[in-house]
Amino acid sequence: MLKRALAIISLLIIGYWLAQGLAGVPFGQDKMLVGQYYLNHVREQTGAVNAVTAVVVNYRGFDTLGEVTVLFIASTGVGALLWRKKRERTAKTEGSVVLKTGAELLFPFIVLFGAYIFIHGHLTPGGGFPGGATIATAFLLLYMAFVGYEIPHRAFEKVEGVAGMGYVLVGLIGLAIGGYFLFDWIWLTWKWGAENIGRLFSAGFIPVIYTLIGIKVGTELSGIIDNMLKEEVGE
Amino acid sequence: MISVYYFGAISLILIGLYAVLVKKNLLKILVGLSIMETGVNLLLISIGYVSGRSAPILSEGIGPNQAVDPIPQALVLTAIVIGVATTAMALSAAIILYEKYGTLNVDEIRRLRG
Repeated sequence: MLKRALAIISLLIIGYWLAQGLAGVPFGQDKMLVGQYYLNHVREQTGAVNAVTAVVVNYRGFDTLGEVTVLFIASTGVGALLWRKKRERTAKTEGSVVLKTGAELLFPFIVLFGAYIFIHGHLTPGGGFPGGATIATAFLLLYMAFVGYEIPHRAFEKVEGVAGMGYVLVGLIGLAIGGYFLFDWIWLTWKWGAENIGRLFSAGFIPVIYTLIGIKVGTELSGIIDNMLKEEVGE
Repeated sequence: MISVYYFGAISLILIGLYAVLVKKNLLKILVGLSIMETGVNLLLISIGYVSGRSAPILSEGIGPNQAVDPIPQALVLTAIVIGVATTAMALSAAIILYEKYGTLNVDEIRRLRG
């Protein structure tokens, strides 16, 4: 009881201190410095209409590379922590007929929608990470509905690695052409798609990189699900 | 007077911190960490809001002067993914702890060691 009271009192002090600090930050006012530059120049500098994905992939591409690395390390770490010699799925209750049929019917639609999200990252809200997470939910649905289901491991791990390498490769091609890593060579050198900004074939390398990221995130999260759902079985 | 969004974000952070400080169950502590993450993301997003403006997608009727700040949204996109990654790692560590000690109580795990 004393511990809880002490915790609440100290948390209230911390909260008051945070609120004091935030009182100097007015809500809802224009505080943009760099953001206004991005908004003004996003069309001619990147060709994208979605400013958030342009910032994520183009202006701050290193952040996204680090983010992909963090997710990759997490997936590897989950695999390493839960590594056993003989692991299988030990679930015993099969899903009901409605669930199984529904999962089978919904699976292609969810994958299609996930692919739609990451292919249209430069035009609509979303991008590689939400699209990849959507694809992983499709595989989670299969795992929940079927007792014996397993993702094809070898293919998935290879696809994951190839997609990550593809991202770095696109950056390295930019290094060779433009002089710095993650240089948008498709847009800034070739001017490819300059006349149809706002349509699918535009925005330089953003759709390419987001497709690679979407595939990578989808396979990675499916792998994490697979690792967590398996248990050790005796010989 | 502080904005309701700032207030909500600070409250979420404090609720998460309370769970981390007081709770004994490891899974509850992880839930607290996730709540804290949500609070931080909400705080970042609400700092970037400009009243009366729409999402930073420059479509037909929305020019560069009618969009909110895109940078906090990009930062939060990164932060969400990192939060998911750390949560996955922590959950697998919790699985291993339960298999090794047979309990998720933090005090008991501390006592069992050594």
